[in-house]
Amino acid sequence: MTVLAQVPTGSGQPPPTPPAARSGRHRLLPYLLLLPGAAWLLIFFGVPLLQLAAASLYDPSGSLSTGYAMTWAFGNYPDVLQAYWPQFLRSFGYAGVALVLALLLGYPLAYAIAQKAGRWKNLLLVCVVAPMFTSFLVRTLAWKTILSDNGALVGVLRDVHLLAPDGRLLATPFAVVLGLTYNFLPFLVLPLYASLERLDHRLLEAASDLYASPVQAFRRVTLPLSMPGLVAGTLLFFIPASGDYINAELLGTPNEYMIGNVIDSAFLVRLDYPQGAALSFLLMAAILAVVFGYLRRAGTEEVL
Amino acid sequence: MRVSRWLADRWVMIVALLVLGYLALPILVVAGLSFNRPSSRLSYDFNEFTLDNWRQPCATSDMCDAVVRSVQIGFIATVVATVLGTLMAFALVRHRFRGRSGVNVLIFLPMATPELVMGTSLLALFVSAGVPLGFWTIVIAHVMFCVSFVVVTVKARLAGMDRRLEEAAMDLYASEWQTFRRITLPLVLPGIVAAALLAFSLSFDDFIITNFNAGTTVTFPMYVWGAAQRGIPPQVNVIGTAMFAIALLLVGLSSLRGRRARRADLLAGPAPAHPARRSS
Repeated sequence: MTVLAQVPTGSGQPPPTPPAARSGRHRLLPYLLLLPGAAWLLIFFGVPLLQLAAASLYDPSGSLSTGYAMTWAFGNYPDVLQAYWPQFLRSFGYAGVALVLALLLGYPLAYAIAQKAGRWKNLLLVCVVAPMFTSFLVRTLAWKTILSDNGALVGVLRDVHLLAPDGRLLATPFAVVLGLTYNFLPFLVLPLYASLERLDHRLLEAASDLYASPVQAFRRVTLPLSMPGLVAGTLLFFIPASGDYINAELLGTPNEYMIGNVIDSAFLVRLDYPQGAALSFLLMAAILAVVFGYLRRAGTEEVL
Repeated sequence: MRVSRWLADRWVMIVALLVLGYLALPILVVAGLSFNRPSSRLSYDFNEFTLDNWRQPCATSDMCDAVVRSVQIGFIATVVATVLGTLMAFALVRHRFRGRSGVNVLIFLPMATPELVMGTSLLALFVSAGVPLGFWTIVIAHVMFCVSFVVVTVKARLAGMDRRLEEAAMDLYASEWQTFRRITLPLVLPGIVAAALLAFSLSFDDFIITNFNAGTTVTFPMYVWGAAQRGIPPQVNVIGTAMFAIALLLVGLSSLRGRRARRADLLAGPAPAHPARRSS
């Protein structure tokens, strides 16, 4: 291993310049390789963001057919915030509750696969990603069947009086949060698994030799060592969950609408581009604020 | 007492299996519903067993058109994104150049941006540039969000590769092109294939970004979205189940191949350390 460590493998740090790289052709080569992909990302990812920023400042009284005038209408932002703050709060509320649920479900799952599964490890990992093998929308619609008023689940819950005789699961906040948790759980479990897999079991044995209770060993050894995966998984879960509107649309009612539903209808139904653009930007700003605030507290900025 | 002891030892595994059940449940329901004859167009409940949906998957021809269109878009987007992303991965792993960290940020950002923002911003661009929305705007969007995932996947494979193999080829008078063709490409190929499969599945299943940039073009997810309001034909579940089976088959085949390759390695005897090969 020590010998290998001295052999440049190209991972992490750039490899030493090979002799050929001194010629002019080779100095240009990396740029030629990067050009098509970077140009694509700049034109179709970077420029659109600027265009969206511009659109968010258009005169709100214009329309798609008559054209919009650029009036630097910063007032669009307070306007949309005032009109749609409940949906904003709801987005982050639902995504937050779903995240807590996903952590409670996902941590034991990742831990069991990483540390307890033995030769079943790969099979269980396939089971974690298996939902992604079928269409996102089709499997979300399947929850409509599972939570249906005539379904077995509602029947049982009504029989044991956990649900009122006319109580429903579908078209409630519960259904939306359940759907969010389900749809994005694999994104949380996979990075968490990757961290926990590297956890050296002997550290836990050492902890228990030193009279740590299982709870203490978890809090002082396992949890800190799984932090990078926990942070990455949390972000991979939270970013798509707070911007999602499919679950709210299919499993909820307009009372459960999240900010994504509002943005969707602003662009595709009401054709109010300044409003939609301002909302999109606010969503991105809010997510970035949450992400960076969280990364700061978690203290593991290297995950980025 | 013994029961509680057993539970204490195994509760993590029990919870894990329950969670896996939660993840598997909708798939089982989709498979079950593919054999259902619904009582009405808007009903999601299981009514009556039938094989009709599997016998005539294209009874609603709109849906099959949408599936074909999704495959076409997925194919084109995958080819373009895989080529662009692989070139970028080579540049990033194999070359030292100025502006490298900027490029890394450019690749990372699309993966961290909410899909909603990417979809709406691209729509704002297309509308202001007067580009008509349709098949090709969807392809452009799909290439955009697939490229980053291709770069990351191919980069991981390239970084784990043993460069001494290429140096050995060059020492044996292979030209640069021969070295690339005979050594580098075959070794990186599994990474490129994995990246292409990932890109295809991302493209085929994308709804949010497509929804904003499709105009009147209907992909399979768009079809399902529209049908959710008008009533879902049960054949949608046939497609969902078939997709699942095909993906599972691909995973099974690749793990079988991996196992055979490992066995061949063992038979070849204790080779000198190949950290790259073993870790892949």
